Amino acid sequence: MLSVSGLIMQFGGLRAVDDLSFDAKAGDITAVIGPNGAGKTTVFNCITGFYRPSGGSIDLAHPGGASYPLHTMPGHRIASAAKVARTFQNIRLFAGMTVLENLLVAQHNTLMAATGFGVLGVLGLGRYRAAEAAGIEKAKFWLDAIGLTARADDPAGALPYGAQRRLEIARAMCIDPVLLCLDEPAAGLNPRESDELNQLLMRIRDGGCSLLLIEHDMGVVMRISDHIVVLDHGKKISDGTPAQIRNDPAVIAAYLGEGEEDEVPV
Amino acid sequence: MTALLSLSGVTAFYGAIQALRGIDLTVEKGEIVTLIGANGAGKSTLMMTICGSPRARSGQIIHEGQDITQWPTHLIMRRRIAQAPEGRRIFNRMTVHENLLMGAEVAGRADTADGLEQVFTLFPRLKERISQRGGTLSGGEQQMLAIGRALMSRPTLLLLDEPSLGLAPLVVRQIFGAIRDLNRTTGLTVLLVEQNAYQALRLAHRGYVLVNGSITMAGTGSELLARPEIRAAYLEGGHT
Amino acid sequence: MTALRDAFLSALVALGLFAPLVGLVTTSGEHGLSLELRPIATAIVVGLVFFGRLVVLSRRGRTRTETTQANRALAERVTRAGKYVTPILLVAAVALPFTGSRYYIDLGTLVLTYIMLGWGLNIVVGLAGLLDLGYVAFYAVGAYSFALLATTFGLGFWTCLPLAGIFAAFAGIMLGFPVLRLRGDYLAIVTLAFGEIIRVVLINWVSLTNGPNGITGIPRPTLFGLAFSMDGGPGTFADFFNVEPAVIQRIIFLYYVILGLALLTNWVSLRLRRMPLGRAWEALREDEVACRSLGINVRNTKLTAFGIGAMFGGFAGAFFATRQAFISPESFTFIESATVLAIVVLGGLGSQLGVALAAIVMVGGLETLRDFLSFLGDQMDSPLFSGIASELPLYRMLIFGLALVVMMVLRPRGLVSGRTPSVALHKVKDIAPDLVAQGRG
Repeated sequence: MLSVSGLIMQFGGLRAVDDLSFDAKAGDITAVIGPNGAGKTTVFNCITGFYRPSGGSIDLAHPGGASYPLHTMPGHRIASAAKVARTFQNIRLFAGMTVLENLLVAQHNTLMAATGFGVLGVLGLGRYRAAEAAGIEKAKFWLDAIGLTARADDPAGALPYGAQRRLEIARAMCIDPVLLCLDEPAAGLNPRESDELNQLLMRIRDGGCSLLLIEHDMGVVMRISDHIVVLDHGKKISDGTPAQIRNDPAVIAAYLGEGEEDEVPV
Repeated sequence: MTALLSLSGVTAFYGAIQALRGIDLTVEKGEIVTLIGANGAGKSTLMMTICGSPRARSGQIIHEGQDITQWPTHLIMRRRIAQAPEGRRIFNRMTVHENLLMGAEVAGRADTADGLEQVFTLFPRLKERISQRGGTLSGGEQQMLAIGRALMSRPTLLLLDEPSLGLAPLVVRQIFGAIRDLNRTTGLTVLLVEQNAYQALRLAHRGYVLVNGSITMAGTGSELLARPEIRAAYLEGGHT
Repeated sequence: MTALRDAFLSALVALGLFAPLVGLVTTSGEHGLSLELRPIATAIVVGLVFFGRLVVLSRRGRTRTETTQANRALAERVTRAGKYVTPILLVAAVALPFTGSRYYIDLGTLVLTYIMLGWGLNIVVGLAGLLDLGYVAFYAVGAYSFALLATTFGLGFWTCLPLAGIFAAFAGIMLGFPVLRLRGDYLAIVTLAFGEIIRVVLINWVSLTNGPNGITGIPRPTLFGLAFSMDGGPGTFADFFNVEPAVIQRIIFLYYVILGLALLTNWVSLRLRRMPLGRAWEALREDEVACRSLGINVRNTKLTAFGIGAMFGGFAGAFFATRQAFISPESFTFIESATVLAIVVLGGLGSQLGVALAAIVMVGGLETLRDFLSFLGDQMDSPLFSGIASELPLYRMLIFGLALVVMMVLRPRGLVSGRTPSVALHKVKDIAPDLVAQGRG
């Protein structure tokens, strides 16, 4: 479904991503892991149009058959037309807007068309009222899914950290994506919260949306991923199922380290 | 004997919201003490309150026998207390090197070579990136930089707020190992907030459990690890 | 004791500052300029600082959080009072012409013009978070569009009004393109330059704009084709309604025109805020990167903010031209942009009511202060105050500036801070100002 081939991203003298190729299958949760500074977020930024790649191609095939060359599309079109949504490592919510407003902003393009691009909406004509009601229904669905219905009218910035993470995912889901890219969704979550996150992500996958995931919490990665890609210094060093990755000596040396997952060296 | 740091009856507010409700806590010299608790329990607020921002509304914070409750933050930080704050807060437009030097600056230390070497031994990655601007680092590298900058001031008390956030498993292990080494070799005292309660409790001499701005439990690391209610609330990731 | 010492030090600083500023005055005597000392005036100012400092220190006992809480309580009271303030202001605005006082109606017209400009700029600065220091450019474009169309093609006010708005909106979009990628300080500087460029073009393009001499003979608006002329001939307002022609009729009519235009601006802004477009503006102010990730076309959204904000500036400009019947580049200097921006900031970014209150304070208050000071001066006939009394009105700007500083210290996010959500699932709860982003451009 997503096919990255020969991707290169150069910043001045630094080659952050170096001839990277991998595929993510439809209906899969694909995890991208690797040491800090390996270029994982850079890959995400290329896929979601925040960076224009220096070389290579990124192609997305929709289940319906349409295909989109993401490496040539402007950022907002990648979200609105190619339907690729993302979240950010350091949560980027609209802090001064309510939870509900956050979810409605995410439906901007649908709702905007219903207002006749503003003109009819101001005059109170057209089908905006119905469209907004539908938008609120969709927001309600996701509020329910992330357990924040009771806090719908609170400002997003006042939510506890874990709830902000969930809200960011729900907001991304409100653009009806076919591919959701999550940048460290479990960072800063306690074990219980990461477990809830696992449930949410699997529910999203089962709803038909493919996921691409950057994560350091192996409890999340190993439990829910169907496929793992390992990067180091901008290159792919391994690629396979969780079981394969867990036992790959190259991955253990560069990333996982020896011994038990939770072990602290004494 | 007097504790290195002791808090008694400390309350703090964020706006109208009471974040801390009468905290009593002591950290002895040479100890590693950890705070565990859910997101929003007030762990980070407690760390920030020790540094004077937000200022404690009531109660007392004593550091080395001196009441620092009403002190301004910059004076508190000159008492060789260092913090790697939540959210990294590195200087985006300064290079890695400059960021580290700023850490030494706060403590007014001219001799920084040793400090740099120590930081680069802990985080070789930062040495590779030494002349890059802080803002261009990856998230995990920024976290390393924030911890490195705190270490540069050669603190006697180090406040670490989720040091493992966004770091690769291998690096997390290195950091926890380094904290233990520093504590053993130099007697560095550490107050640690960490989501990964299991690792934190294994590392720490003692721990406090924070719920809704109050301390509900205290004990040695292994005592707390053994408590079933702790296991249920903070250690187990459910049953998938 | 320490408080006394502190207050004494403050007084000393004030003495150093005000001794030359207030204590010395040059008078032209027989031998040219001579210097006159005014110890009493200086003593009054220094004394004020001394006691003011004591009052501030006595309140210092309260911790910062208590002060914040007090502020919050005040904000809540203001919000609650706000429910009544809006209708009261509206009724007062509609009723004002019935006073029949030309002075008040003129002042009201002026205040309403600034309210309208403030509401227009509020779209750009308050909602979209784009700092615009050159808003006067659109005011000028609107005014000149109307003036030129009217004097060249003989079109009337109502025909030209939309055209003036469209031209100004185009100017807004023109400005928008080059500044799309700029933020904060850089955006402010470029918009400032844009305002100046428009003014300089108006001065130098003599063949079109008549340069510094300006344009005269701009027609007055009509009421459904009824002119307000003094001859009372057929087809005029006076003739149609069979009343004596009087200047006040036109003044009152103009007042209602600007009231209508201002209310239109307010209505459109309020509607847009609850539409996807308005929400996108606010989202842009909160986080531009997140907006892009949600498929919002940031470029178009910024341009519509600039365009719609400018359009209302253009409407106001057209009104200004028709009211004055004469315009010249001198009316469109940077100080106008600064005043309007100050109104928006003082009112509270994004708050419609705040902007209206701030405009009343800034424009109306300044005038009232002038009257009040003259009145006060007249009352002080004691020889003790000789020399100060007559000059009291000159301190108008000083007092006003001080009042603004004090107001911003007490309410750093403006008179009406905080944000009302545009939609609610259960119940609308106002959002504390410290969560709301102020925009970085």
